[in-house]
Amino acid sequence: MSADAAGGGAVAGAIPAAPARRRMGLRGRRLPVVSLAIIGVFVLAAIFANVLSPGDPEEQSLRNRFTPPVWEERGTWKHVLGTDRLGRDLLSRIIWGSRVSLTAGVLTVLLATAVGAGVGLVAGYHGGRVDTVLMRITDATMSFPVILLALILAVTIGPSFINVVIAIAVILWARYARVIRGQVLTLMELDFITQARIAGASASRIILRHLFPNTLNTLVVLTTLQVGYVIIVEASLSFLGAGIPPPTPAWGSMISEGRDFITSAWWVSFFPGLAILLVVLAFNLLGDWLRDTLDPKLRQL
Amino acid sequence: MARFVLTRLVQSLAALAILSVVVFVLARATGDPLHLILPMSASEEDFANARKYLGLDRPYVEQYFSFVGRALTGDFGTSLRARRPVGELIAQRLPNSLRLAAFAMTVSLLIAFPLGVLAAVWKGTGVDRAAQIVAVLGQSLPTFWIAIVLIEVVAGRLQWLPAGGIGGLSSYVLPGFTLGWFVVAGMMRLLRSGMLEVLDSEYVKLARVKGVVEPRVVWVHALKNALIPVVTFAGIYFSILVTTAIVVETVFAWPGLGRLAYEAISSRDFPVIQAVVLTTAAIVAVVNLSVDCVYALIDPRIRYAR
Repeated sequence: MSADAAGGGAVAGAIPAAPARRRMGLRGRRLPVVSLAIIGVFVLAAIFANVLSPGDPEEQSLRNRFTPPVWEERGTWKHVLGTDRLGRDLLSRIIWGSRVSLTAGVLTVLLATAVGAGVGLVAGYHGGRVDTVLMRITDATMSFPVILLALILAVTIGPSFINVVIAIAVILWARYARVIRGQVLTLMELDFITQARIAGASASRIILRHLFPNTLNTLVVLTTLQVGYVIIVEASLSFLGAGIPPPTPAWGSMISEGRDFITSAWWVSFFPGLAILLVVLAFNLLGDWLRDTLDPKLRQL
Repeated sequence: MARFVLTRLVQSLAALAILSVVVFVLARATGDPLHLILPMSASEEDFANARKYLGLDRPYVEQYFSFVGRALTGDFGTSLRARRPVGELIAQRLPNSLRLAAFAMTVSLLIAFPLGVLAAVWKGTGVDRAAQIVAVLGQSLPTFWIAIVLIEVVAGRLQWLPAGGIGGLSSYVLPGFTLGWFVVAGMMRLLRSGMLEVLDSEYVKLARVKGVVEPRVVWVHALKNALIPVVTFAGIYFSILVTTAIVVETVFAWPGLGRLAYEAISSRDFPVIQAVVLTTAAIVAVVNLSVDCVYALIDPRIRYAR
C-alpha cells in the first residue's frame, strides 16, 4: 500500500508549525467533556467492579430468569437492567464486563504500540534494506484479516483473555509501524538529526532521544483511536465464541447469549451492545479531539 | 510504470508465500482433526488408516509442498467435515461473498460520496453535522449488534425484509447495509477532509476566477484531487470489509466465504481453513495491487518515488 507516501507528505508540512501548536497547548480547545465523563464512568466501573456491582455477575437463579428491566412490567429494582437466560443480573455483568473490555483494549493497544513504534523507528532510521524487509513484513501483516487470525489462534491455543490480546496485537502493530516510519522518514531529513549525528550520538540515542519524542503526539492519537477498535474486535471474537470464554462476563458473549431470545427478551442483547457503543464512541470522539488538537495533519486516520 | 507494477507484484507474491507458511503451521497446530471426524468408538487402527488416507502421516515439509503445488492448480484437498473437494466449496461460496461485498461497496460509495463532498461544501451546517454523526456512529457500532437489532426490528417486528439467507435483491439489503456502514464512515471522513483542503487551494480559486460554474468546481476540479487519499485507503477498506464479512455472514446466515471460515474453524476443518484464508489473502492482495497501480497512474509522484 502507498499510504506512507501520502502520510509522509502530510507530516512534512506539519513540522514547521510545531512551535505554534505547542504554545497554544491543550487549552486552546474545549475539552470533550462528554467523552471523558463516559470513559471515566466505565474506568471506575472496571476498577471498582467488586464494590459497585449490585450482585454477583455469575450467580444464577433460574426462578428469576428473563426478568425485564425495572421500567417494564414485572421489572424489579433488584435487577435494574433485568436478567438473562440463567437469571444472572445484567447490570452486574455489564459492570464486570467493562473490566474485561477495557483491560483487553488498553493492553492490546499498548502491546501493539510498543512493537509498532519500535519497528517504525528502526525501519525509518536505518532505511535501505532494513526498511524494505520490515515494511514488507508490515504490508503482509496488514493484509491479513484480524478476525480470521484471531479465530485461528483461538481454536489453536484455545480461547482465553491473553490469546485474544495477542491475536489482535499481532496484526495491529503494523498500522503503527507504517505511520511512525513515515514520520521518521521526514524527521530524518531535518537538521537536528544531522547535527546529532555529527555530534557523535549513537543510533539508539538518536532513536530514543530525538526521534521517539517527536512521534509521541501521533502515538497518543493513534492509541486513543485504536482502543475503540480493539474493544469492538474483542467483542466480535467473544460474540463468535472465540474470545473470552464463559462464564466470565464479556460484552460480546453476552450479546451472543441473548441473540436467540431477542424477540422475547430484547434487553439481554441490547444493554451490553449499548455499553460497547458508548465506550467506543467516547474513545473515538476523544481520539478525534486529540488528533485535531495535537496533530491536525493526521486527519485521515 | 512496468517496473513499478512488477516490483509490487513480486512483493505481493512474497507476502502470500509467507502467509501460506503461517497458515499451514497454524492449521496443523489446531489439534488432531481425526478426533472430530472419526466416531468415538474408532480404534487405534482406524486412526492410523485415516491418517494415512488423508496424508497426515507424512513429514510436515512434504505436506506443505504438496499443499502449495496442488493449491496453485486450484486443488485444496478434501474438506474433512463435508467430505467434498475444498475447491468446490470455495467456488460455491465465493460468488455469494463477492456479490454481497459488491453490493455493500456500491451502497457505501453512493452514500459516502455525496455526503462527504456536501459536508465539506456546506461545512458547519446541518448536513455536515448529520454526516459527522453517521461517520462516528459507523465507527463505533459493533457490527454484530447492529445486525441483531436490524434483524429484530426490520425483519422481525416490521417484517419488511428477510432476516437471513440469500435470495432476491431484498435479502441483500440488511447484510449489505450492516457491512457497508463502517466503510461509509471512513470514506466519508477522508473525502470531507480532502475536499476541505482542496477547496481552499489556489487552483480551485483560479477555476472560480476563470468563471467555472460552482458545481463543476466542486464535483470535477476539487473532487479529482480529494480522491487521492480515498484511493490510497481503498485497499485498507476492502480488507476491513472482508474481515467484517465474517461476522455479518455468520449473523445473517449468508452462505459466503466468511461463514465458511467460521464453520471450518469451529470444526477444525483445516483444508478449508487454509483455502479460505489464502483465497481471502489473495483477493486482498490483488485489490491492493490494483489500488497501487491506479494510484501510481493518477499520481506520478508515487511512480518515481520507488
